[in-house]
Parts: sequence; structure tokens; C-alpha cells
Amino acid sequence: MAAETTGDGGGSEGIGGPIARIRNRLEGPNTLGNSRGFWLGFVVAVGLLAAYPFAPGAIKSILVSTRTLSSFLAYGFLALSLAVVWGYGGILSFGQSVFFGVAGYVFGIVLINVNSPLGGTVGLLVGVGGGALMAAVLGYFIFYGGVRDVYATIITLVSTLVLKTFMDQTAGDEWTIGEAALGGFNGMNVPQLALGVGETSVVITSYNSSFFYFVLAVLVVTYLLLRVLVNSDYGRVMVAMREDEQRTRMFGYRTERVKLTVFVIGGALAGMSGVLFTTWQFYITPAKFGLVAASLPVIWVGLGGRKTLIGPVIAAIALQFVANSLGSLWANVIRGALLVVFIMLLPGGIVPRARDLIVFAQYRLFGGGPTAPDPAEEADPEVSDS
Amino acid sequence: MVNGLNLLFQFLDNFAFIVLAASGLAIIFGIMGVINLAHGEFILVGAYATTLLSATGTPFLAGVSLPLPVAILVGVVVAGVFGLVVERAVISGALPNWLWAKTRPPLANALPDGASRKLPKTPLVSPLYDRLVDSMVATWGLSLITVQLVRIVFGTSIPQAGTPFGAINYAGGAFSYSVYPLVLSGVAVVVLAGTYLLFTRTEFGMRARATIQDEDTARAMGVDTERTYTATFVVGSMLAGLAGALYAPFLNLGPQFGESFLVESFVAVVAGGTSVVVGTTAAGGLLGGVNALVTNLTEAPFFGRIALLVTALLILRFLPGGVSGYVERLRERRKEA
Repeated sequence: MAAETTGDGGGSEGIGGPIARIRNRLEGPNTLGNSRGFWLGFVVAVGLLAAYPFAPGAIKSILVSTRTLSSFLAYGFLALSLAVVWGYGGILSFGQSVFFGVAGYVFGIVLINVNSPLGGTVGLLVGVGGGALMAAVLGYFIFYGGVRDVYATIITLVSTLVLKTFMDQTAGDEWTIGEAALGGFNGMNVPQLALGVGETSVVITSYNSSFFYFVLAVLVVTYLLLRVLVNSDYGRVMVAMREDEQRTRMFGYRTERVKLTVFVIGGALAGMSGVLFTTWQFYITPAKFGLVAASLPVIWVGLGGRKTLIGPVIAAIALQFVANSLGSLWANVIRGALLVVFIMLLPGGIVPRARDLIVFAQYRLFGGGPTAPDPAEEADPEVSDS
Repeated sequence: MVNGLNLLFQFLDNFAFIVLAASGLAIIFGIMGVINLAHGEFILVGAYATTLLSATGTPFLAGVSLPLPVAILVGVVVAGVFGLVVERAVISGALPNWLWAKTRPPLANALPDGASRKLPKTPLVSPLYDRLVDSMVATWGLSLITVQLVRIVFGTSIPQAGTPFGAINYAGGAFSYSVYPLVLSGVAVVVLAGTYLLFTRTEFGMRARATIQDEDTARAMGVDTERTYTATFVVGSMLAGLAGALYAPFLNLGPQFGESFLVESFVAVVAGGTSVVVGTTAAGGLLGGVNALVTNLTEAPFFGRIALLVTALLILRFLPGGVSGYVERLRERRKEA
């Protein structure tokens, strides 16, 4: 049951202009939102987000500050990472928080030792690389060991717990790497991020909106690139493997290699999230490997929709927004209840269902196809809380 | 330094911990195909029930102080009831289905025709049996809810009952070890034996094994598989509750109590495979031994834990079905020969 397309499968008809060529790469049966209306909504939503720092203070005090919103966006990468690994690779992983945390720590260690724009650039790359490497090591053991999917999930969960146990006891002086003391469960303070090589540098700090724009831009680009990936031939192999691993193997694909690749991509994405979150917070603690932290991406993907890329991102932003507004006492109860209810009632996730409703409404109202105007709600994070 | 007695005590301690922590999880996983990520919370419920009844100065039941064995039994029963509620409400979906069956007809009558056709059909939800991923996510949600509710109701810690039996001194008083975990290793052996007897010598055990082997045929032969599943889940919850009740006087008690069991129990189930008794015994012995040895050599419990995980990974690398899967294979071969 691959996700169905809405309408004609893209804007490839008519003239083969550059826009159509780009859309061709971005659209396909493996993603939601292949209509002109979706892209319109997408552009509007990104535009609204980009305009958010200029919103009047009254709105911000009711909703969220720009600084907090940028952390939600940083979590968007974590949502994307599990969307790829679980939604397109079929591997439920509780280990995304491991890659998130490892990348955060590695980034912090590099930046503390080389506190310069060069250090920032290297730290970012090494952090993302560290997440990917960690995923590669763990994934090698899991997939080349022929571990069946459920056991794979349990191993990722156990890795998370073991890493937390490890980081919690790094308070002593022997756990110092260069200048950086890991600091046990108090965590590690990290200087602010500056990117650049040599003389040219850009200071990106979450004190002003530069960090927000940086995260937003990288998130949008990453999302589009992932769309290209899952709609490419390789993406088809990934989906085939998710649907029926045995058969895919019969066709001659090396499924364990595909799985490992997917896992490493997921690790790099989670690593990106970890780096951005660490620099946003100015510190990182082992709580990021805790059980609650490990469960967040699963909740986002479970609620947002497993076979989409945009769903988990919307769910991440929306749920972080809800948790942020609720305060911490009841947040977990609400999260848990949402998870239980939606897994029982809508195992496919909310966003695909919302898309169905929008399409249904279009047909009822306009009798037309997918080019009806403005289903912007689909890409608008404020609406998906319903 | 490695001291023989030390090693033995440590081994018994670890063995008891792993077996008690894992047996409930293994039963639910092996028979129902449900991965219960709320396993730690069943342990938590058993531990809290026991502590509230046996320790003094606890919230709500400050004056109540039952003897520990009685409190442990009550804790087991409470965990079993909790398991029954969870199974009916979430895992089997029976409760929401029943509610929907009751509310749908009146709703459909009240609404105009076009709208009532849009209402979801009955049954509203399908059970989570053998839906590994979905069961994981749902029980994960349960776990979040339970931990947070315990935190809201009882705060971050509650007064504990004292550990019985004291300690033994040996090597001229140079070492001492609590007696309690050693007693628990005896309890663990009893639990394993009891589980074995339950599955081989009772009517319920036969039905349960039939359900594992071939659910459809079992149902055709008149086995009420749904009831078997429910009973299995309750038995598993009770065993989890027993683990919690037994360790309640011995370990730090708080909302995170269940988490301290999670690593060992899941690793044991992964390494042991789906067969409950063989798998849990083998995993408990093997992993407990590795853990004791490494802890003794490095004198850091943390490295023992790491060694435990690495051992489990290696077992899985070479025996994908876990230890009991390997035992199965050996049996098959012997049959063929």
C-alpha cells in the first residue's frame, strides 16, 4: 500500500520548462503533496515562518518567541530522520536520540577546543558525521547480523539507555577531551556557533534571528532534497523494501545495504538536529538520550503519518508547540494519550487523513481535480493540532 | 581483585535480576507477539503497591504496615489487575469497541442519513496482537502516561520499606554482601520452574502453546484464543509486578524505577529468543555471568552493563533467533538425523 498520488502525478504535462523539470524530480508516488495547491500552501507556510521574526511582540508573547520556534525547527530534522528510517526504510528506531546526542556532544567538544568560525564549521560537519558514523556502526551490527526488525528496534532502544548510563557517569576529571569536560549528568556548556573559514565568518546565534533563518533555510533545503531522494529510483527500492523485504531481495537488491544506507542518512539528519539544538541551548545533557527524548521522534512520526515526509515535521512543530504551551507537568500525559489514541484509531497518521479530507472537500466543492485553489491548511503547522 | 565468593554472589544477584525482570516480558512477547514497552511501568505498579502497604509514612496509606510477604502478594495482584485493564482497553481494543457498539446506533439514528453512513463501522479498532510496531508505540504511550501520573500523584520519591535479612560477612569481615538478592535468586528459580509447569502441565498452558503454534487451527478446535491472550497478558503483568514488589525494598524507588529494569529485561528477551523458559534461563545465566565477571574485573558496574549489551549484540550477530532459536534448530537437526 504505497501512498496514493493526488491527481496527475505532477506538473510534467505541457511544456518542459525548468520549473516542471524540478517538480518532476520532487514529485512522485512516495510523497504526499504533488499538486500545485500543495506547493502554493508550502510556499505560503514557509513565507509565514520566514516572516515570523517580524511579527508584533503581542503575537509572539501569545504563541512562541522566535528563539523557541527555532528550536522546534531544529527538532524538525529529528522528525525527518525517523521519517526516512521508519517511514521509508521500515525500521522503527528508538536510537535517533543516540545520534542526536552523540552529534551534539561531538560538536560541543570540537567547538570548545577550537572556539573559532573554523571550529564551528568543522564541528558542524564532524557532528553530523559523528551521528552518521554511530548509525553506521550500530546499523552494521543490526542489519548485517540478520537481526529481525523487532529485535533491531529493541537494540536501538537499549543503545539509547546504555549511552545515557555512560554519559551520566562522565562527571570525573578523566572524562575530559582536550578542553572539554563532559560533565556527567550536568552536561556540557557549548559556546555559540560561528561558521566560516579563515577570515570570513558568520556568527549564528540564537539570541537574534540569524539562527532562526539558518535553521529554516537548511530545513527547507533538506526537506526538498529528501523528496528528491524518496521519489528517485533509490527511493523506490527503499519503499519496496519497506513493503516486502523478501521480494525485494529476490529481485537482486541487497536489502541490508539499502537498510544500512537509510540508517546512515537518518543518523546524519538526527546529527544535524543534535548540533543545531546544542548550539541553540548552549549546552547539552545526557537527558537527551533519556527514554522521553527517544520517544519524541516516534510520537511525531506516528502521529504525523508514517509514509510522508511533511507529516512528521508538522507533527514535531505542532506537538512541541503544544508541550511548550502546556508546561511540563501534564505534557507527557497528553503526549502519551495522543499516541495511544491515534495508534488505535488512525494507524496511518493524521496528516495523510487530513490530505484525504482536503481532497474530498475539493471534489465536493469544485468537482475539479487536484488543481483547486489553496489547500494551505495542509502545510500550515498551526492548523494540524485539531 | 577477583574473589570467588564475590563472583558467585554477584552472579546470583544478576541472575535473579535478569530472570525476574525479563520473565513477564518474555511471556507477553513470546505468546502474543506484543512488545510491551510499558513493561517497566508494570514493575513500577507492583513496587509502589507493595511499598505503600508495607512501609510506614507513605502518602495515602501512612498508618498501614503489612508484613512484607503479604504486601508483595498484594502488589502482584494489583499489577495483574492493572494488566487486565490495559489489555482490555488498549491491547485487545475490546473496551473501545464495546463502547462504540453501544454508542453508534443511537448516534446513527440521531444524524441524517448521509452523515450516519460516514460513521466508522464496528469494530472500531483492531487488536494489537502480532502488530509488533503498533503495540510498541501504543505501550510506549502508556508508559509515558503512567510514569508521569505516578510523578504527579506521589512526587519524586516515597519512603521505602527496609531490606530484610541483613548481610553476610566473609573473608574475615573484609567483604559483606546483602542476603536479600541471594534469596531472590532462589525466587527466580522458583519462578522459572513455575512458568515451566504452567506451560507444560496445565490446561491453560496447552491452550497457550496451541495459540502460539497456529492460532486459526486452535480457534477451530475450540480454544478461546482471545481469552488465552488476556490471561497471558495478566500472567505476564503479574510476573512484572512480582519483580517490582521483590525489588521495592532493595532499590531506589521513584517514577523512574521501571527504567532501571528495562535494559536488562529487553536485552535478555532479545538474547534469549521467544521461548520463555529456555530463553530466559539461558539469557539470565549467560548475561548474568558476563555482567558479574566484568563488574568484578573492572570494579565498575557500568562496564558490566556495557559488556552485557555487547554480549547480547554478539549473540544476535551469530544466533539471529536468540539462544532458544538455536536450541530449536539443534532439535530439528536431531530429528532429521
